Amino acid sequence: MLLSLKVAFVATVFVVLAGTAIAYALARKEFRGREFLDVIFTLPLVLPPTVTGYYLIVVFGRNGLIGKMIYDGTGFTIMFTWYAAALASFIVALPLMIKTTRAAIESVDRNLINAAYTLGHGEGETAIRVILPLARKGIMAGAVLSFARAMGEFGATLMLAGNIPGKTDTMPLAIYSLASSGEWTQAHAMVILLTIMSGVFLYLANKYSKRSI
Amino acid sequence: MGLSVQLKKKIGGFSLDVAWEIGDELAVLFGYSGSGKSMTLQMITGLIRPDEGFVRDDSKIFFDSVSGVDTPPQARTFGYVFQDLALFPHMNVMRNILFGAPDVPKQEKFSRAKAMIEAFKLVGLENRYPSEISGGQKQRVAFARALIRHPELLLLDEPFSALDKPLRIEMRRFLQEIRMQFGIPVILVTHDFDEAAFLAEKIIVYSHGKVAQIGSLAQVVEQPASQEVQMLVNGKMV
Repeated sequence: MLLSLKVAFVATVFVVLAGTAIAYALARKEFRGREFLDVIFTLPLVLPPTVTGYYLIVVFGRNGLIGKMIYDGTGFTIMFTWYAAALASFIVALPLMIKTTRAAIESVDRNLINAAYTLGHGEGETAIRVILPLARKGIMAGAVLSFARAMGEFGATLMLAGNIPGKTDTMPLAIYSLASSGEWTQAHAMVILLTIMSGVFLYLANKYSKRSI
Repeated sequence: MGLSVQLKKKIGGFSLDVAWEIGDELAVLFGYSGSGKSMTLQMITGLIRPDEGFVRDDSKIFFDSVSGVDTPPQARTFGYVFQDLALFPHMNVMRNILFGAPDVPKQEKFSRAKAMIEAFKLVGLENRYPSEISGGQKQRVAFARALIRHPELLLLDEPFSALDKPLRIEMRRFLQEIRMQFGIPVILVTHDFDEAAFLAEKIIVYSHGKVAQIGSLAQVVEQPASQEVQMLVNGKMV
């Protein structure tokens, strides 16, 4: 439970930072390969989590593209640590953040953005003081959804972090273990807890995405 | 102080091709909707890039397609009031006005904002949000926000079109006061002939992306350059 919260929280912090930046670029910048990039970042939403996890192993595994460099340099591998669980949750939750935030940024009134320019504000300041505050609801909704998704992440986590009791067994993984070993009472409790929490997060996400000032 | 423009632009099926200049006066761009008036303003302020031409005043070039000069909108010191006013809904009146003076030192900025709030009869509304004030008050906030930077030129894109008649007339007087007080050239876009007749020191009549006539109100009314101009100034608007 605590592990799940820690993993989901860390993943969400990075999801919000990276997701907002990526969504901003996708919504406001014209560049080659923009829609291709959108597809790449959205893929984890539709791919089986095991496939996403597989890619993560290919990249971050001990012999992976980046993982090997880290391992050779420091002797550390992310595999089978809680960092891996956070990374898996990050990648899987990122598309939700990007989709919600991109839509929110694109719906900001063009005239308000133009007004900021004509009042002497450059692009960066306009983004921070006008666009992001006006897209705030969408960003909040995206963050809450991402957190809920990160809490529920199973497949990619299993591939990359394994299911090590006390180390990488986040709630969904623990539920899997409990159910497969027939410990129904405990599994029951955890399932209900996770369901309630997810329901609350969805409610919050809906609340944030409604009504703007 | 004046402004001189030559602008060419093709967008879809519409083509704009205009050239005119104004001095220190209140000039009205007048014509049917869709004749390119608003587009002209957006090119002057730098929000739309012309295909060809220039935008310059006596001392500065803001855009010139030949020499490749294209100053971004935030560096052109023009006040711009949008048709829908474009007040920031997440900022109160005070912060909306302060937002118009990004390059002014903090102390100076606040004293200017205070002066603006008094001059524009907004005292007591500083902490209200745009959704909590009336249409006329919103107009005054938009003007205060556009003027706090002491722009060299004020551009107005049909700012009064959403108001009902009595208020519209009040706002015309208000605009004349502003023009006297700040002593800067004003370019007003409108398709309302009463408004043009009341305010214009110079009328630039637009038709299908071209200038149909430039002159004083009397010239345009008494010697319309074409039948279309005559139709326009006789108030037979579609």
